[in-house]
Amino acid sequence: MDTKILFFAGLREALGVSSESLDLPAGIGTVGALRNHLAARGEPWSALATTKNLRAAVNQKMVGPEAPLKAGDEVAFFPPVTGG
Amino acid sequence: MSVSVQEADFDAGAEIAALSVGRDDVGAVASFVGLVRADKAADTEVGAGNAPVVQAMTLEHYPGMTEKALEAIVTEARGRWDIFGVRVIHRVGRLVPGDRIVFVAVASAHRGEAFAACEFIMDYLKTRAPFWKKEETPAGGRWVDARESDDQAAGRWQSGQK
Repeated sequence: MDTKILFFAGLREALGVSSESLDLPAGIGTVGALRNHLAARGEPWSALATTKNLRAAVNQKMVGPEAPLKAGDEVAFFPPVTGG
Repeated sequence: MSVSVQEADFDAGAEIAALSVGRDDVGAVASFVGLVRADKAADTEVGAGNAPVVQAMTLEHYPGMTEKALEAIVTEARGRWDIFGVRVIHRVGRLVPGDRIVFVAVASAHRGEAFAACEFIMDYLKTRAPFWKKEETPAGGRWVDARESDDQAAGRWQSGQK
């Protein structure tokens, strides 16, 4: 099952894409590993590595980079929130 | 429903009134309304004195997660204080200075709990709910940076302080 990945705000604009579906490669077992995997694609994906204080959510809950991933999860990457 | 994410404006008076309709145990309703300010754009390279003024801002959010995050904040407030009703409304889309952007109201028996829970919900909303603001100025668009003071405001609720 594919993993759905979402991007928001300035990160979405930098990447030029708001979402993608990915068959999680072997060895990508955490949010941090997925971030590094995507950032390694080169420009513009290095924005995932350079965005200051990048945040992530798995299945719509904020998590840290050590959070585990499994096939079918919904993962989101975004800059720190600025609502209110 | 206690939490709404919407493009439409809201009527703060009607929302406050609704929190005590049909009950005689509400002794306090504390509320907060956030508005869009015609601020100088943040962190501009032009220099503080000549910074372009914000003409509008667009709010983006994460549909699905936003509602869950707001509901989790309300649930946490209910666990900390003895409160009866809570209403949270956050607008999304394009807003101009003077527009209402966010509303929080809390009903309780006494003012102390209502004030505290209202402030707690706003502080947590600022750091945990997935909204992002993009400012429009004559010099172009710019995503607003998160403020450290917002993290500090949310953090003080974690040190056992009520």
